[in-house]
Amino acid sequence: NGKPVSLSVEGDTPLLWVLRDELNLTGSKFGCGIGRCGACTVHIDGQAQRSCMTPVSTIENRNVVTIEGLAENDELHAVQKAWLELDVPQCGYCQAGQIMSVVDLLKRVPNPSDKDIDELHNNICRCGTYPRIRKAIHRAAELQGGKS
Amino acid sequence: MGGSTGLTRNWDFMRQVGAKARQQLIRAAATRLEIPEGRCKTRTGYVVCDAIGAEIPYQDLVAEAAALPAIEEDVPLKDLADHRIVGKAQTGVGAKDIVTGRAKYGIDTKRDGMRYAAIARSPILNGTVKSFDASEAKKIDGVLDVFEIKGPKPNEPYQILASGVAVVATSTWKAFKGRQALKIKWEPGPNAEDSSDKFWAENKSLLSTKGQVVVDDGAFDEAMGEAKTHITHTYEVPFANHAPLEPQNCYAHVQEDRCHIIVPTQSPSGASRSANAVTGIPRENIHVEMTRVGGGFGRRLSTDYVAEACMVSKHTGWPIQLQWSREDDVKNDFYRPAGTHEMHAGLDGNNKITAWSQRLASASKHYRRPNVLDENLWKPELYSDDFPRRIIENLRLEYHHNAIGVPRGSWRAPAHTANAFVIQSFLDEIAHETGQDFLSLSLELYGEERELEYGNHGGPTFNPGRLARLLKFVAQEIDYKTPRKEGRGVGLATHFTFGGYGAHAIEVTVDDGSLSIERIVAAIDCGFAVHPSAVDAQLQGGTVDGLSTALGLEITVKEGRIQQSNFHDYPLARIAEFPSRFETHILPYDDIPTGVGEMGIPSAAPALTNAIFAATGKRIRRLPILEQLRVGG
Repeated sequence: NGKPVSLSVEGDTPLLWVLRDELNLTGSKFGCGIGRCGACTVHIDGQAQRSCMTPVSTIENRNVVTIEGLAENDELHAVQKAWLELDVPQCGYCQAGQIMSVVDLLKRVPNPSDKDIDELHNNICRCGTYPRIRKAIHRAAELQGGKS
Repeated sequence: MGGSTGLTRNWDFMRQVGAKARQQLIRAAATRLEIPEGRCKTRTGYVVCDAIGAEIPYQDLVAEAAALPAIEEDVPLKDLADHRIVGKAQTGVGAKDIVTGRAKYGIDTKRDGMRYAAIARSPILNGTVKSFDASEAKKIDGVLDVFEIKGPKPNEPYQILASGVAVVATSTWKAFKGRQALKIKWEPGPNAEDSSDKFWAENKSLLSTKGQVVVDDGAFDEAMGEAKTHITHTYEVPFANHAPLEPQNCYAHVQEDRCHIIVPTQSPSGASRSANAVTGIPRENIHVEMTRVGGGFGRRLSTDYVAEACMVSKHTGWPIQLQWSREDDVKNDFYRPAGTHEMHAGLDGNNKITAWSQRLASASKHYRRPNVLDENLWKPELYSDDFPRRIIENLRLEYHHNAIGVPRGSWRAPAHTANAFVIQSFLDEIAHETGQDFLSLSLELYGEERELEYGNHGGPTFNPGRLARLLKFVAQEIDYKTPRKEGRGVGLATHFTFGGYGAHAIEVTVDDGSLSIERIVAAIDCGFAVHPSAVDAQLQGGTVDGLSTALGLEITVKEGRIQQSNFHDYPLARIAEFPSRFETHILPYDDIPTGVGEMGIPSAAPALTNAIFAATGKRIRRLPILEQLRVGG
């Protein structure tokens, strides 16, 4: 999140557990541990990655952004705003990962069609907020003015 | 909370609390202004007296109002139409904390001196630890302690689900790594031969004999004897895992005379009971803190993870955060019960249904529950007053229990998910086989609005006319009457669940075994919608849950072991499986709110399988669906 961090942990420790247990950044969630659900999604050098599958040894000197670092100062990101506007969360556990994935998706495809969303967005939401997620992705694209 | 009761049980009570607080504020303002209470009223955060132009914000009156004696007698309630918050669109509480990653779930708990624990549980149902070698695990830096956890004896009530070996470490990852390094020999125990194949075969053989007749209205045998047409079909509903996205976890600090629990649970009282059972500490000295919950769906009505955390904390003396992995959660659950339903109907010369029976062999939810007699195991499986009770006069419900060693429990809308699938499918089959239209046949059966006695949870009455209204509505929205081209079809279904009413109309195409859901129309009648955005969310989520589970989810057993382990072989549906034409409707009825958490699920699966039949002529009588489309074509 823009601050250099140096700590000593074993290299095979997944980034997720370093964030959560060592750095107390608990916004990224543990859901499956095998990269399937996406609740742990963070940005590494700007790209969405499953942090539960990323050994911390592979990210030395790289820039990691978590959900806690997404808003700039107090200004929420367009995706967060869209999420609030459409009242997306239910239990909310997966939503940090959903949001981090969608921020990256909109960088790659600023104006996604429903088909693009089907192909590119595959995070699991166990509560079934998918209808609102779909709407919120379109709304976030609109808030960003179709720019990545 | 469970059974969609959070709102209904508290509605009148909470309205009185709100009304009394408002009256108390008025009283405080009137006292200060030295005028009669009757001259004051409230307006968005203020007590006002227009006659003297006074306007006092609530916040200035709180201390004075709190110092007044509490109002004992009930006070008049606001008219529902005058509410500014109740019944109006609101954003979910805590939504901003969620989207910024600040919301705290159980898994986020951190306390001074806290250690992390993981447990290797028996992979075999009712298996026990024969011996274990912890030498490799203890070599891992950060692993602090390794010891055995004793599970319940077979057939005893579950305090925890399984025997195992606990590993305590300085971080979650180290606890997981330590667990992986354990070498454990398991004693297989009495259920090592249990398998799904055996379960389904046993159900079949149970159903070849007479079971326990639990409802026997009218003269079923005579009516069947006189019937001109007889229809029989058998349906199977599998075990299902709850799979809340936050794996089970619990913080426990057990001390000499007290115990502190921090836990994401649906049952804080259950948490306290579990802690008491394991530690012997009196419940008044057990402090339970609840966090935000990363999904429950009924799984978190059980508190086995609390008992486990207490065992580990008691053994070590440390404050413990117990963490389950996804694999732990898939393999150790109180699963949705599986069952085989044999359905019979008899129709007279005018194609009127005159006799109906449901014969069920299932793994009862109440297996190994304390204080449940064998003769009552049917009760959570067949809700005796469900449709078509009191509508079809000659009706028989019959039950067989299958005592497979798979633990089972309450899975969102419990038996309604199975029974709605079975009953709405069977009704569709009857309609097709006797040349009737499903909608007309259904509407005729539900009939006019009237209150029927309903003694199960969600009663005391059931109004089938409200189902008719919903079914007509969704049928019209989806343009049910218009014929679709080959390979495309519409299915309908409706169900009464725990006091509320739901219906679905689903349109699909099936092309060479590949299924696409083209459109979903879902409707709920929950009486009065207190929080419309949340009601709508529950209807969407329930629909997704019902369809996701029906499409691809099944827990199976082989050699006493649960075969699934994570989302690769327990594939919860993703966004691509749901269409952008996903429409939800709240149909207001009266001023009495019902629960909403479970009404969106039961009719979703049968609407989908009825649609698949309409599109292809292929009847799905066993869940989950997808494998059959792929294999059978």
